Amino acid sequence: MTLKTEPFMLNIGPVHPSTHGVFRLRTTLDGEVIIDIEPIFGYLHRGVEKLAEERTYTGFIPLTDRLDYLASMSNNLGYVIAVEKLARIKVPERAEYLRVIIAELQGIASHLIAVGAFLNDCGAFFTPFLYMFREREKIVDLFEMVSGQRLLYNYMRIGGFAQDVPDEFLPALDKFVRQMPGFIDEYDRFLAENEILLARAKGVGILTREMAIDICASGPVLRASGVKWDIRKVDPYSVYDRFEFDIPIGSVDDCYDRYRVRVEEMRQSLRIIKQAMEQIPPGEIRAKVPHLVRPPVGEAYAHTEAPKGELGFYLVSDNSIAPYRCHIRAPSLMNLTALRDMMIGWKVQDAIIIFGSIDITMGEVDR
Amino acid sequence: MMLPADWPGGFWWHWLVFTVIIIAFVLTLVMGLIWIERRGMARMQARLGPNRVGPFGLLQPVADAIKVLLKEDITPARGDKIVHLLAPITAFFPVLMIFAVVPFQNGALLADLDVGVLYVIAISSISAIGVLMAGWGSNNKYSLLGAMRSVAAVVSYEIPLVLSVVGVVLIAGSLSMNQIVLAQNVPFILLQPLGFLIFFIGGCAEINRSPFDLFEADSELTAGFHTEYSGMKFAMFYLTEYGEALALSAIITTLFLSGWKGPLLAPWLWFVLKTITVFFIMVWTRTTLPRVRIDQLMALSWKFLFPLALINLFITAIEVLVWPEALPWTMIPVNIAIMAVLVLLWSKFFKLGWGRVAV
Repeated sequence: MTLKTEPFMLNIGPVHPSTHGVFRLRTTLDGEVIIDIEPIFGYLHRGVEKLAEERTYTGFIPLTDRLDYLASMSNNLGYVIAVEKLARIKVPERAEYLRVIIAELQGIASHLIAVGAFLNDCGAFFTPFLYMFREREKIVDLFEMVSGQRLLYNYMRIGGFAQDVPDEFLPALDKFVRQMPGFIDEYDRFLAENEILLARAKGVGILTREMAIDICASGPVLRASGVKWDIRKVDPYSVYDRFEFDIPIGSVDDCYDRYRVRVEEMRQSLRIIKQAMEQIPPGEIRAKVPHLVRPPVGEAYAHTEAPKGELGFYLVSDNSIAPYRCHIRAPSLMNLTALRDMMIGWKVQDAIIIFGSIDITMGEVDR
Repeated sequence: MMLPADWPGGFWWHWLVFTVIIIAFVLTLVMGLIWIERRGMARMQARLGPNRVGPFGLLQPVADAIKVLLKEDITPARGDKIVHLLAPITAFFPVLMIFAVVPFQNGALLADLDVGVLYVIAISSISAIGVLMAGWGSNNKYSLLGAMRSVAAVVSYEIPLVLSVVGVVLIAGSLSMNQIVLAQNVPFILLQPLGFLIFFIGGCAEINRSPFDLFEADSELTAGFHTEYSGMKFAMFYLTEYGEALALSAIITTLFLSGWKGPLLAPWLWFVLKTITVFFIMVWTRTTLPRVRIDQLMALSWKFLFPLALINLFITAIEVLVWPEALPWTMIPVNIAIMAVLVLLWSKFFKLGWGRVAV
């Protein structure tokens, strides 16, 4: 005798502990197995791209903070580089180096949260998460030192920075850079060999190399699929061509690889920061830029390697004080597009960790 | 003040007084466990934990209880109201009933049943019905999923659990909890290391402790079977959770850690200390380990614990039959070696189930 069964629909989100914001997954389940999903987003839509058209070029910087709010500095950087490209502004040497340092620090902070939240989704009851937050706190302290803010920094300006870093910043950074590798090794030792984590994450949520390229994935998600693609290497911006670092890639394309790639990237970021600290020259921190930037008529697209992937800003100028059009290529959104293919056939629990391993921020997905 | 020898006198009086004492004792211990869990977990997570109410935050559970009592009691509009109401009660009372046969010190148990172990195993499974009722009565898919997982896990884990206890019963030669403690000249954890391991893991899975906390899996099912509960009904589930943890710790203490036996300190103090130690290990795993998946949970039971429990029972039976007079000190290293070999073999040859289902 066979029992009659039928699939049922389960809404995961928009308010749910593991959706990292207000994301909704409409799943069709057969028991515990997912047979179909429909991602629904837009709950956090604020019309950031439209708002850009009504603000001055400088006035839009605070809004970029609110895209990927866990990596505000990276968003600042992506935007100011686009404006500088559009207005052909040369940034002073010191500012370039400082930008690299700040962006890499932000990358570490963002990856810490990504790893911590991923393990939380795996069911490790907040322990890794809180330890990651402890380390992130040190980075946030450094950022508070330079910008006075702890989440939405609004520190970068077109042509450089709002102000130079205080004298105590570099010694504090030095201390952090010396301490951090020890912490990363320690966490990695506890987590990477954990039997349950291996059983849960290995082979789960495979995103093949071809699929990753097809969906325009970027960042750790793409690299975990075995593609050696890092904007910092393939199209260096700022002064990234002056540093030595490796691009960690994965081999099995699963959740565990995405976790490994993030941990490895933190180490590489520290390597870059170390080199930048040695090479940073004294001097101006900001180019001579008028308060109201009026770029010549034209368009520019600048992409940077944000922690979540390729963050691109496309700006069109009509020689006024505000962009005629601003488009943001959000890595979180692009990386989400393969969600259905990655999740189908897995169980609800796997769906949660697959979603967690992509590491999205809803502020960026919805804009 | 001396009490008369036959205090409190009379059959019903006797039972009533001691029942009240045991319930009060158990609930106080549960409060202590909640405090230990919250503070211990906080300590392992590099934070402070509740430290404002009372000295060291000891009164935090009291404050929580008052808060939860004042909360609105919500019943889902389209849920089954009667089942929803009965579920927490069905889950909670069996937990209290377990303590009737737990010896807090020599002879200090409400009922020294000849089938004490059997009673514990039978009663402890009733809680699963409460969980299923909660999942069904809530009219919530998260709850239902959590309840389904719970029933599946309880049904699977009951078998290795029982089989591992039989080893202890064979050595002790009695099903009475008090007799089992008296029989432990050395703690049975040394004579039955594999049995202890299976009982501990299986027990954790059955009472919803991490890494097997799939029934309420907060990162997946928001709160699992008690998603739709609030107020006092929620508090009942909360008490059930910790009551079960206490019961499991107490039973492990009784069966494997020689119960109230111990030098110097008062027997009941030994009992409490051992119970807390066992509970602390559960807190430890909860802070340390991620959660397993439902198919892995099943695989762990059927592929690992069940055959190991059978083998353990087999070996124990042979040992009891062939060398009934063997000194415990010679059997301890032998049994530990057997456990090590078996665990290594099994983890080498069997894998936890994982894989994608073709849709």
